Amino acid sequence: MTATGTTAMPPAGARVLMKGNEAIAEAAIRAGCRAYFGYPITPQTELAEYMARHLPRAGGVFLQAESEVAAINMVYGAAGAGVRVMTSTSSPGFSLMLEGLSYLVGARLPCVVVNVMRGGPGLGNIAPAQSDYSAMTRALGHGDSHGIVLAPATVQEAVDLVRPAFELAERYRLPVLMAADGLLGQMMEPVVLPDPVPPPPPPPWATTGGGRRRISSIYLQPEDLEAHVRDLVVVYEAIARDEAQAEAYRLDDAEIGVVAYGTAARIARAAVDRARHEGLRAGLLRPLTLWPFPKGAFARPVPRWLVVELSAGQMVDDVRLAVAGQTPVAWYGRLGGVVPTPVELLAAIRRVVREPGEVVA
Amino acid sequence: MRTLEVAASPPEMELVAGRPRVLLDVPMHYCPGCTHGIIHRLVAEVIDELDLRARTVGVASVGCSVFAYAYFDLDFQQAAHGRAPAVATGIKRVRPDLVVFTYQGDGDLAAIGTAEIVHAAARGERLTVIFVNNALYGMTGGQMAPTSPAGMRTTTTPDGRQARAHGYPLRITEMLAGFEGVAYAARVAVTSVAGVVRAKKAIRAAFQAQLDDRGLGIVEVLSTCPVGWGLDPVDALRWCETHMVPVFPLGVFKDTAARPGHAPAPTGRQLPRADPSPARMLHPAPVPAPIGRQHTAPAPAGVRTRRP
Repeated sequence: MTATGTTAMPPAGARVLMKGNEAIAEAAIRAGCRAYFGYPITPQTELAEYMARHLPRAGGVFLQAESEVAAINMVYGAAGAGVRVMTSTSSPGFSLMLEGLSYLVGARLPCVVVNVMRGGPGLGNIAPAQSDYSAMTRALGHGDSHGIVLAPATVQEAVDLVRPAFELAERYRLPVLMAADGLLGQMMEPVVLPDPVPPPPPPPWATTGGGRRRISSIYLQPEDLEAHVRDLVVVYEAIARDEAQAEAYRLDDAEIGVVAYGTAARIARAAVDRARHEGLRAGLLRPLTLWPFPKGAFARPVPRWLVVELSAGQMVDDVRLAVAGQTPVAWYGRLGGVVPTPVELLAAIRRVVREPGEVVA
Repeated sequence: MRTLEVAASPPEMELVAGRPRVLLDVPMHYCPGCTHGIIHRLVAEVIDELDLRARTVGVASVGCSVFAYAYFDLDFQQAAHGRAPAVATGIKRVRPDLVVFTYQGDGDLAAIGTAEIVHAAARGERLTVIFVNNALYGMTGGQMAPTSPAGMRTTTTPDGRQARAHGYPLRITEMLAGFEGVAYAARVAVTSVAGVVRAKKAIRAAFQAQLDDRGLGIVEVLSTCPVGWGLDPVDALRWCETHMVPVFPLGVFKDTAARPGHAPAPTGRQLPRADPSPARMLHPAPVPAPIGRQHTAPAPAGVRTRRP
């Protein structure tokens, strides 16, 4: 039996085949997460189910809420009580959590929220999509609200990012989001699970009883609220300076740089390799953090960029801001849960190199 | 010659009343005549008497009591509008040794937060809920609430609440009393000394239900909003008794501590249980007269109000 009490799991270091949703849940338990509140929604439900089976055995709390609205507010309460806590959802549920996320930001509470994105708008469908990019990166609900957004591309990377996600949340006292998608959540891949760590002790500001501590986001005097938001902005700036991350792949001599994250980046990487095989010098820039966006990674002599995303064009705005008009930016996207093949992406890369333009969809 | 006997030292003095330990000595922002101050004090007295300060966490809501956290010497969390039962659930589930209570108004609990209170009650969360019902939205300036009696004039029902257009008052406490997860459910009114005494007993019983791990305890406190109602404080107390109590009957609707073999219910049962018949629920009678500044007759001096 491991320290997490998850008897079914092999010892740390062993490779196991796991579904993305379940691997993220196991990684969270091993990262000291001791509370999960969530609501069933495809394609993330296995994460909640895994937590229901395993978190109580690790001494944690699993509770199925009556809605995503309630779930995120339970997260607020548990985070305020100083426990490592997380939830997971998919796009329509993420919409419902935005209110609570704004309060979590306003009250400076740490938590981890996994958004296994599906096609939208509205009910959309349950196929993989990246169309919540703007909802996750522009503001978390109302107010000047931001949380760090991590974008894993493989099940292993998702597993590896879970503990840093909790640590970032606690370092900056803000929510950390994991931008996954239906493909990443449902796919099974071999993963090496990390060693378990014990949950941290509650921070001094947590409402553990006996004090006069206040977990709140209300500042009635405009000057007080301005000071509070200015403090937040200082934190945002520190995060932008220290935490932005991207991965560069075959970009050094590239005549075209593809920009993609998550599932789209996996396909783009295969397309880049095929392009190189044909003699076309393509490379890939893969943001690992969507907020802060790794603007600095674009300061390289790549003559043109092609943004590939499973949305109607959301991350492309950040790329245009990053290059500030100095480099042409083309865009290719698929919508509604359609996932492009490497062959389709290769064709898009060829078109951009041949006839540079804004859109190649 | 008379000799005045002077005691060598002052006689022993016993403090028989004072500010509760957990109620902070700070000015409250509540309007004149508002009964939030009384209810705050009762909650504080109960926490003192049960010696719970070291392990109690309060959850403030949105509405007039949004700043409740400023008045208690306790750890407090401020919840989003209506979400206090969910926030309290999060606290209590991860720290079950804590005593967790929410303090919510009727707009917060009975409108925007209906789902959260219903499901916290259905799950039998070990929480204590102080539900302050003043029949309208006070903080935003006197709009209709789900609890506004028929005919009541508010800023969003300028001609009075009409059932056909605005629906019927929502009796949350009776509804929750039917849930297995609810251990204690009572409605009280702090409009008289006797009512205040009963309210304190009910609040204590609702905390005791949590301490005994029996289930959720809720106390609905009929409160006044003299400013929102356009009445002076004394008239407001009377209006609560004459126009709210008939719609929201007082009494203990459920007390699992009162089962055979257990201690008797700590609250008085002199009031009849609410009639749950559909006819009464659909047609709450008597229909109160509309109120509002233009319709308010001053209370005749010396008229005693009916005690609940």
